[in-house]
Amino acid sequence: MPDVNFIVDGKKLTAPAGTLLIDACKSAGIEIPAFCYYPGLSLQAACRMCVVRIEKAPKLGTACTTTVAEGMNVTTESPEIAQARKATLQLLLGNHPLDCPVCDAGGECELQDMTFKYGAADSFYAEPKNHREEQKWSPVVYFDRPRCILCYRCVRMCGEGMDIFALGVQNRGSSSIIAPNVAPSESPDHMAALDCEQCGMCIDACPVGALTSGTYRYKTRPWEMNHVATVCTHCGDGCKTTLGVRSVNEGSEIVRGDNRDKSGMNGDFLCNKGRYAFDFANNIERLSSPLVRQSDGKLKPVSWEEALTFAGKKLRELRDAKGANSIGVIGSNRTTNEESYLLQKFARTVIGTNNIDHHRTADFVTLATALQGTTTADGKPRFASQRCVEKSPAILLIGGDPTNEAPLTAWNIRTNVRLNKARLYVANHQDIKLKRQAKAFAPVAEFGYAAFIDSLASANDFSTAVKAEEKLVVVVGNELRGGELAKLIAALPHAKFALLADYANSRGASDMGVLPDVLPGYQSLKGSTLASEYGAAGQSQVADAPGLDLLGMFDAASAGHLSALYVVGSNPIKRFGIDASALKNTFVIVQDMFLTETAVLADVVFPAANLYEKAGSVTNSYGDLQLVAKAADKAGVRSDFELIVRLADKFGHDVKTLVPFGKGLRAAGMSGDMGQTRGAQSGEADRHSVWLTANNLEPKLSPFDPFAILDEIQRVVPGYDKLLRLQLLSGNDQHIAPAASGLVQIQTGRKDLVLPAADTLFTSGSLTRFSPMLQDVQRHQASEHTDHLASAD
Amino acid sequence: MPTLVSHPDEVKVVSRRFGMGATDIDKYIELDGYKAVQKAIENGPEWIVNEMKASGLRGRGGAGFPTGMKWSFVPKVSEKPKYVLVNGDESEPGTCKDHVLFLHDPHSVIEGTMIAGLAIGSKVGFIYLRGEYRYLLKIVEKAVADAYAKGYLGKNIFGKEGVDFDIITQTGAGAYEVGEESALMESLEGKRGVPRIKPPFPAVVGLYGGPTVINNAETIANAPHILLMGGEAYAKLGSERNGGTRLFGISGHVERPGVYELPMGYSMRDAIYKVAGGIKDGKKLKAVVPGGSSCPVLKADEIDVGLDFDQMAKAGTMLGSGGIVVLDESVSIVEFALRTIRFYQHESCGWCIPCREGTDWIKKTLTRFHAGGGNKKDIDNIQYLAENMMGRTFCPLGDAAAMPTLGFVKKFRSEFEEYLEGKRVEHPLIQITPIGEPALAGAH
Ligand SMILES: Cc1cc2nc3c(=O)[nH]c(=O)nc-3n(C[C@H](O)[C@H](O)[C@H](O)COP(=O)(O)O)c2cc1C
Ligand code: SF4
Ligand code: SF4
Ligand code: SF4
Ligand code: SF4
Ligand code: FES
Repeated sequence: MPDVNFIVDGKKLTAPAGTLLIDACKSAGIEIPAFCYYPGLSLQAACRMCVVRIEKAPKLGTACTTTVAEGMNVTTESPEIAQARKATLQLLLGNHPLDCPVCDAGGECELQDMTFKYGAADSFYAEPKNHREEQKWSPVVYFDRPRCILCYRCVRMCGEGMDIFALGVQNRGSSSIIAPNVAPSESPDHMAALDCEQCGMCIDACPVGALTSGTYRYKTRPWEMNHVATVCTHCGDGCKTTLGVRSVNEGSEIVRGDNRDKSGMNGDFLCNKGRYAFDFANNIERLSSPLVRQSDGKLKPVSWEEALTFAGKKLRELRDAKGANSIGVIGSNRTTNEESYLLQKFARTVIGTNNIDHHRTADFVTLATALQGTTTADGKPRFASQRCVEKSPAILLIGGDPTNEAPLTAWNIRTNVRLNKARLYVANHQDIKLKRQAKAFAPVAEFGYAAFIDSLASANDFSTAVKAEEKLVVVVGNELRGGELAKLIAALPHAKFALLADYANSRGASDMGVLPDVLPGYQSLKGSTLASEYGAAGQSQVADAPGLDLLGMFDAASAGHLSALYVVGSNPIKRFGIDASALKNTFVIVQDMFLTETAVLADVVFPAANLYEKAGSVTNSYGDLQLVAKAADKAGVRSDFELIVRLADKFGHDVKTLVPFGKGLRAAGMSGDMGQTRGAQSGEADRHSVWLTANNLEPKLSPFDPFAILDEIQRVVPGYDKLLRLQLLSGNDQHIAPAASGLVQIQTGRKDLVLPAADTLFTSGSLTRFSPMLQDVQRHQASEHTDHLASAD
Repeated sequence: MPTLVSHPDEVKVVSRRFGMGATDIDKYIELDGYKAVQKAIENGPEWIVNEMKASGLRGRGGAGFPTGMKWSFVPKVSEKPKYVLVNGDESEPGTCKDHVLFLHDPHSVIEGTMIAGLAIGSKVGFIYLRGEYRYLLKIVEKAVADAYAKGYLGKNIFGKEGVDFDIITQTGAGAYEVGEESALMESLEGKRGVPRIKPPFPAVVGLYGGPTVINNAETIANAPHILLMGGEAYAKLGSERNGGTRLFGISGHVERPGVYELPMGYSMRDAIYKVAGGIKDGKKLKAVVPGGSSCPVLKADEIDVGLDFDQMAKAGTMLGSGGIVVLDESVSIVEFALRTIRFYQHESCGWCIPCREGTDWIKKTLTRFHAGGGNKKDIDNIQYLAENMMGRTFCPLGDAAAMPTLGFVKKFRSEFEEYLEGKRVEHPLIQITPIGEPALAGAH
């Protein structure tokens, strides 16, 4: 669209023709009040708050529906306009309860802000206000009808944004009311209810306190919280979530999750888990003291010193007695990149084994291998970012069900189709919900994806259309792995690819080399510079030969060949259905939040902090790197990072070779001083290091500072070398394409090593049962679910 | 069912077949029916539009938009199908003319719809009837069926190869707001009856997203007559820039209430005193609501005005939908204002804040005021509310509620003040039901 010139409040402005006046003004720093306008949703022109004076127009016009035109002359503030807005507010307030002192929205309410600005505090109505009792629509969504100003943001967010259409308007005129999709007559308890995805997007969009969050309501005032932007721990999509944190006796507690600043790549979006499922952190079953198995066979709380010393010494004994390759290490798909990196470095240089693996939820190894050295038609790497899904003109979705497994991916696909008319092609063995957005759908037989890939080679409507797309992004579900995945990648030689994985850092664990057959960045065990660097750091050269994979470790344990197993943030016993007896002759150390099926078998259990309680970085399924910030603090727990370092120390390893900290600032050597320096432990590591970096100071002050390891990652992991530290620290995502050269062909792993989490919207692996909210929502959905979602077709 | 009335001053064009049994298709044909449409097929769209333009016909739905011009706005080529939409939602209190039209001459609406279709290149027309007019649906449906039976509707109409036209009928669900053209389209598409954002206007993006001409039923029924008599001849019947004649529903305190067809520009005084026989029972005239309840009231000394769109606008009010409500001295303006706002409060679709909340607060305030609990500040508040609704709402319903309210409190302020002092005009006829009961949509 060509640019047009126009004048707003005397300022000469330019914007592309067709731009909405309200948006054009916003870009120029002129804020026009709006209740019903919401970027990206359909226009309403219902609230009449955005009225402005447009020269030559007979009456005030709405800036939210007017597009800029050449020569237009607009006034956005004048006594006439202020009066119009004031009158509108007076009308709203006439029936508004004005219970701001107890209202959740108080302090964050657009109606309050507008009233403050236009001074509509006087009321001249004698009649009583309409009152209605509040309604509980679901465990997470409550509705206070009298506070509703009928801006229809919730209705549109649910319908247009979520494609759920669970909310609508009932009645007309002053009896109009927002209503959920389960009528009282259809609900088991005869109350109106919501049968939906329980995402809370409607609550986030609500400008007032009419829709409130079941987990947050009446808990605190917004100004009493610290708001920390971090990344959701649940699925692999990497949504930014803002956690509201309040001080409590045992540290600080997360009381709210939302998406207020909208600065993440998830834009407006958060799903149920990202918004509400932080409550596992406060679960009473949370471990808060190290446990060591006693001679009576019971786990007993002991001091940190005792537990660490015991674990470190025992591990050393076993390594020295039975050899490094008798020890296995299992990493996590929820720990930070720094922790994952550190853990594999620990395995390879402290213990000296390649026996390291994690619960893989997608075949990133094949992805990295198959894409190595290839580029798109315009010479770009073929790793797709989450942002490609949001912007690309064409998307091919093969397998998977993003709506349930990767909700942000689903949101981005829907939004791209809706707002940019992107073409979506879906190939699936099920009628997944995204079929509704698809331009073409190719049904695939169950386990028939190989045949589908073959069909891409033949000339049928679907394959012809897909192959004609010049800028195609292919999103692949976990159905495709190994050779089939490689074949697919070869069949669409110019497309960009992404794999759907589960949990916040599955991709990170792969990229960081928590794998038995490659080093970080998928580098060779043999002959790479990293291999020799590790050799220098450890006691001996890193072994050339791949180590045991996760299942191999348990096979070895069953055969009596695994002397010790160190498990960090993972529950393989449950996830892989492994018989507990496999570990009966193995010394097991587990770091976890809860006494999981794996932790109960351990000899030492360390209570670990979760992703919301530490700083570092994570990489989502697409390779988008983001910062996680420490939001909450739990007394009695330690970050996995710190635990790995401390264990190495007790193992008798020179910690300085594990974490290169304190260079230039501190004297060499760290014994006796584990560097409780300001910043590292205070939960402000990230912010502190911004300051240090800005002042040209070395930010790595202690062996527990994850940024010391981030430096090393940046130095030695191909792809991560391009990251911009300041971008990361300011909370922006950066896309990482694993290096285009130097990759190795991996040995063909066992196919069953990739085990999708099979999570739904309301599950998150082992965390599910520790989140009362998820439990509540599952019960609610089971009782209210009729066929509302299906009938939205 | 209203009995037919007539008066020598009438000039009968659309009403010329009233009372002649023209619901019967053969009778209709005998009375020159379905000739105009055949002439239209022969002469083509450009000719039709030119005749319509020459006729000076302005929309009879209320806004008075020149019909020929409206038809010419429809793009010649369109990817999506084009539609003709007949607005028979007639719900404005005081308005009852389309009712008589459907009752006595449904084929003229059908024929007019076909002509509009030919003019814009549409093959489908919809006749949308007010929900409460369900009993008229039978008449209209029979007329449509008879036209199909004769081969006048359907494929190759009148035996002309490739000339197709279908008509679909639909009733509303009892909402005044769906008379507004874009809300009507929403309703017809099966959605909530709330208006759409304009632009785009219906001529470009209308029903199901296709270019659409929407006209009032009476507007449409004029088309066959115009094509038969010629646009210029039709124009000459009326006043300057206001071609032809129009149906006026004169109701209230007159001797001979009814629907009369009078030339545009005809004197309002004569309409009341000559045509409708003057004020009932020899009482004195107090006020006139000139064009349906949304038009600002005229006082007894303001009725020397010609009944056309421009003269009425000059007089500070509107010709509207042609429903003239005559109030004699026995009417309490306070009560009348309450009645009026109750209608608009009940009919506000609720989409936008000023109308939804404004009508509600005016109604609440007036209800208390009327019940004797008012004070002087209320009069100011009512005026303030109405002034702040004017021009600020999403669709004209908000104005339609504010305008008469403003008229009442401004022109009859002293009566409101006297009401406070207990000097009330006790009305013998109208009983106000307690608020909370829904007021009926429309009034006859
Ligand atoms: C609130 C409201 C109600 C209306 N109701 C009717 C109606 O019942 N019948 C009608 O013909 N036009 C009605 N109109 C006018 C229509 O929007 C539209 O202008 C008309 O159908 C156009 O036809 P015309 O050009 O033939 O007058 C209404 C307008 C508004 C704002
Ligand atoms: S919604 Fe806003 S104005 Fe209303 S009670 Fe809550 S804080 Fe106050
Ligand atoms: S919580 Fe339910 S109603 Fe609200 S936007 Fe999400 S799906 Fe829709
Ligand atoms: S509930 Fe909130 S978002 Fe929904 S219409 Fe009411 S005020 Fe708007
Ligand atoms: S003015 Fe607003 S609330 Fe009133 S009918 Fe029109 S759109 Fe609905
Ligand atoms: S923001 Fe424009 S009318 Fe609501």
